[in-house]
Amino acid sequence: MTVLDITNVSKSYGDLHTVCEVSLNLAEGERVALLGHNGAGKTTLMRMVLGLTPVTSGQIRVLGMPPGSRKARAAVGFLPESVAFHGALTGREQLHHFARLKGVKRREADDLLERVGLTHAVNRKIRTYSKGMRQRVGLAQALLGQPRLALLDEPTSGLDPISRHEFYDIVDDLAKGGTAVLLSSHALTELESRTDRIAIMAKGRLLANDSLGALRQAARLPIKVDVRATPDTADDLAARLGGTRINGASVSIEVQQEDKLSLLGRITGLGDVVQDIDVTPASLEELYRYYSVAQQEGK
Amino acid sequence: MSVLAIARMELLIARRNMWVATSLILMGLFSSVLTLAGGAPTGTLGVDPLLIATTSVTTLSVYLIPLIGLLLSFDAIAGEAERGTLALSLTYPLSRGEILLGKFVAHLMVLGFAVAVGLALTAGLTIWKYSTTDLNYVPLLELFFSALALGAAFLGIGYTVSAKARQTGVASGIVIIIWLVCVVLYDLGLLGALVADDGGTFTKTIFPWLLVANPADAFRLINMPVETVSTLATGLGAAGRASGFGLQLTSLLIWPVLALGLAWAAFRRVEP
Ligand SMILES: Nc1ncnc2c1ncn2[C@@H]1O[C@H](COP(=O)(O)OP(=O)(O)O)[C@@H](O)[C@H]1O
Ligand SMILES: [Mg+2]
Repeated sequence: MTVLDITNVSKSYGDLHTVCEVSLNLAEGERVALLGHNGAGKTTLMRMVLGLTPVTSGQIRVLGMPPGSRKARAAVGFLPESVAFHGALTGREQLHHFARLKGVKRREADDLLERVGLTHAVNRKIRTYSKGMRQRVGLAQALLGQPRLALLDEPTSGLDPISRHEFYDIVDDLAKGGTAVLLSSHALTELESRTDRIAIMAKGRLLANDSLGALRQAARLPIKVDVRATPDTADDLAARLGGTRINGASVSIEVQQEDKLSLLGRITGLGDVVQDIDVTPASLEELYRYYSVAQQEGK
Repeated sequence: MSVLAIARMELLIARRNMWVATSLILMGLFSSVLTLAGGAPTGTLGVDPLLIATTSVTTLSVYLIPLIGLLLSFDAIAGEAERGTLALSLTYPLSRGEILLGKFVAHLMVLGFAVAVGLALTAGLTIWKYSTTDLNYVPLLELFFSALALGAAFLGIGYTVSAKARQTGVASGIVIIIWLVCVVLYDLGLLGALVADDGGTFTKTIFPWLLVANPADAFRLINMPVETVSTLATGLGAAGRASGFGLQLTSLLIWPVLALGLAWAAFRRVEP
């Protein structure tokens, strides 16, 4: 079932077109990452979905309801990009407040504080929290009442690598419970295995919207195969496999997907000369660069 | 439901921010000092000593209540907009009207509490000073309710400024100017006009209306019994009474409604 339906949505502030003709759908339980540089229009798109700012043209429906309607809001959780909770309140007081606004039991708020790893600090004033802890308060309030749609704007900024990992575990659980999750980011690497779909935005336009595998295939970026040999055999290896020699004992070869298996076969055939192999598909960074450049050249 | 949640949160914040303590100390301290220091010598011509005390406290309240009202409200919308909590609150299923009403309820409670404590001290100290409980408590109640109305008016004005200014720094500057104008400059201006007019048509026709149009002056007129008119701090004498009790009360009742209406209209246009 479609939870979020964005059709041909544009947003302008005077002459500034911040979102142009974007169409995007999210189904139940789907995790979609919205990628884009600063100023690409990610936050603006989310604000329109929340009904905080009106669309200039196009249409948005949240569970079939107009954005910002009371029913739509009751079904949505939002983690803003930057929010400063009142420093004079404790984490628990702040979350209980949001629970009351959403008509959720305070018990659930306490559970969520535990889920985001704040149990030890719930009775301390938020002003004493680190950036990561404040981000966790924000995440906890976005999860109140198991929303049907979660909009998380740059949720992992300010989190250390371990916290990021924990964060994606929470997102996974949320999606398993049927919540559609739209999260924006400009940190790419962490998203690779953690989302079902990637939507790439640049200058207000949606450039790509597909699974990571499909994006890779469409972009036809080469796969990098690194073969480690020994210093005295590396040159020979490079000549036979048609790659370039890197850092003394290794050879790097770039192939397309369809040639990957035959190359690997040839490498295995070389026997003892080969000490190790690394196969790296095009990274999200490369993909992202590819789609941004393609957009600019297309213009 | 949401109104209560907002009000509860605002009360908590007001307590932590020391706004409650500040309002209490201001009202309590000044009321006590005025009650103890001022007042008629015991046994003067049967004038109720509590009446004398409320007159002093009225003079004080004209300054303090608008000040407290504006201090409580100037940050209410601009501050939340700046911190980003306004945008977040508006993604919850509640309306802007509920947010505004919740804040208003909480702030009015803080103000009412401060006034109540101030007046309780006034009554207590008067009883102690004159060793009698045989006093007329009606002016005290009148003072309390009219102070609530005055406070509500300035809360509404503060919210309006807060919504329009969008930045707390700007809002704080504007409310201080508004306070100065309403409780000091407005009266000085009228006084100047009175002197210049020297008992002409302005004094008789326009002046009473202008005086009562200012909620702070309406409040002062309502709570100043005729006998004590001569003690009017600003020297705006009997001419001001021409407006009559009805108009004064109307002014005091219309202002809160008007100011809150303006605040709501301004708040509705704020894009978080
Ligand atoms: N209220 C606003 N008024 C004018 N321009 C705005 C406003 N909000 C955002 N913008 C502009 O819209 C563009 C997209 O911003 P944003 O959606 O915040 O990007 P992102 O979240 O992808 O970094 C930026 O150029 C920004 O300056
Ligand atoms: Mg953003």
